[in-house]
Amino acid sequence: MKEFILQHKRFSFYSLLVAIVVGIAIFAPYITPHDAFNADMSKAFLKPSAQHLMGTDKLGRDTFSRIIYGTQTSLFMTIILVILTAVVGTVVGILSGFFGGKVELVLMRFTDIMLSFPGVVLAIAIAGILGGSAINAILALVVVSWAKYARLIRSAVIKLRHNDFIAAARVNGTKQMTILWRHILPNVLPLIVITGAMDIGTMMMEIAGLSFLGFGAQPPTPEWGLMLNENRQYILSSPELMLYPGMAIFIVVTIFNLWGDSLRDILDPRSTDSH
Amino acid sequence: MKTILSKVSQLLITLIGVTFLTFCLTYIAPGDPALMVLEAGDTIVSQEMIDATRKEMGLDRPFMEQYVRWVSGAVQGDLGTSYSGKKPVTDKLLEGLGGTALLAVSAFLLNVLLSIPLGIYSAVKANKLPDFIIRFFAFINVSMPSFWLGMLLLYIFGLKLHWVPIATSVISFKALILPAITLSLVMAAKFTRQVRTVIIEELHQDYVMGARARGMSESQILWKHVLPNALLPLITIMGMGIGWLLAGAAVIEIVFSWPGMGKMAVYAIAMRDYPLIEGFVLWVALIYTAINFLVDLSYSILDPRLKARG
Repeated sequence: MKEFILQHKRFSFYSLLVAIVVGIAIFAPYITPHDAFNADMSKAFLKPSAQHLMGTDKLGRDTFSRIIYGTQTSLFMTIILVILTAVVGTVVGILSGFFGGKVELVLMRFTDIMLSFPGVVLAIAIAGILGGSAINAILALVVVSWAKYARLIRSAVIKLRHNDFIAAARVNGTKQMTILWRHILPNVLPLIVITGAMDIGTMMMEIAGLSFLGFGAQPPTPEWGLMLNENRQYILSSPELMLYPGMAIFIVVTIFNLWGDSLRDILDPRSTDSH
Repeated sequence: MKTILSKVSQLLITLIGVTFLTFCLTYIAPGDPALMVLEAGDTIVSQEMIDATRKEMGLDRPFMEQYVRWVSGAVQGDLGTSYSGKKPVTDKLLEGLGGTALLAVSAFLLNVLLSIPLGIYSAVKANKLPDFIIRFFAFINVSMPSFWLGMLLLYIFGLKLHWVPIATSVISFKALILPAITLSLVMAAKFTRQVRTVIIEELHQDYVMGARARGMSESQILWKHVLPNALLPLITIMGMGIGWLLAGAAVIEIVFSWPGMGKMAVYAIAMRDYPLIEGFVLWVALIYTAINFLVDLSYSILDPRLKARG
């Protein structure tokens, strides 16, 4: 353990930051100084003070508590999104890469369609038409994001398929499904993990973007993108209200981007950014 | 020629796929369009009126028939009538197209002016101080949501310094400055990194070493050999940015109340104006695939090897 930390200082440090963010997300309800949902109109638009570190919003809710609680909302939504996207993309990628033939042709045509259209535009349309909600926003982003994973994993599987150990397993009479589970999946897993980890930051911003447009999390959920949208009208009187949620997105996305980069450097040392 | 044909068929499949998906969604979405159209008017709605309107709008037809009718209309440039305002969808989209095009083109040019020189400079000075500074700012910008950056700029330059008008909803050069800068900054951050990677890869090629061995100066190597060779990947990168630009514009248009197609689409979605949404998706798909098609074509002109092969 100690050796690992010393060997991978960068990764260990960023993992610590990620752990702190995750900790804040999990324990959000217990560590907020005030109730993130409790509206008290008599306290609307209070300026920052010792009582309310970041002041209060239009309904008199404590902004600091809502920012903290927002960590849970954002992180929870993002994790579900990344996992779902990775699972769909992996299934499509493995099926088309492993079986080839007609399966591959159809699935890859589909993938190409999804890749040849600006995803966010479609995500806005899907989330909006289905009706703004956290679940619909996640679904919309899964629909437009899985194709990238499918592409990547398909080419990895095709490379694997021609390896001797797969041929050996075949000759031994191993069942197709067993080859898939025991030999193919474990070998593409690092690729899936790297891609997923590096995507967390982007996905978090896309979810916040949908919420900002009104097609994601709905009031009174404390979600950073939604908070930015709610506080946008008061930019003149209470500009600090739009500063905090944006800052929160920025910091957490930065942490996850740094962490993703350092994780890739460990799992796949060949492809570093700086050559 | 054969490649062009296959590209065109690929393009058609994409268009059909994307519009079909949107059409399915509007079909299964909650809410009855006929009711929404009637409620937009100021009358009391009866079931007979709903049924009559459904018939008039063709909503009583089976799903596939509705889609085929929509496609055959779209081919002739008729995208139906927008629910709100009762205007033809094509007219409404045309209203917004100018604003979006102006914003997107300005942002794109700014992005090219920023990311290509910075990316090249960063690559030439790889792992030295200028490179670290450029990469630091690019990294910060990548993690910054565009709508937040826009709001910050709006606050500083619009509300505090009064340099530019805020939320005018009228197209003017002054009103264009901030949205264009915001859109280009977020884009440039990503692109600078990609340009840097492309140039570094090219600088590691054997011919560069050869040129150095022959005593060529670094700037001559860069201008005469590296940049012409990097042109194709650079065009690919820039071409891929178009899709991002179209999506990014929608969010930026909302932040700055810029009168464009994206803002119109977001309102259309909020109002459940399905014909307008379908029209918007089709147009974005058309613009996007057409530009990608042009980018593909430019390869064969810029790289004669591809022409010989294709």
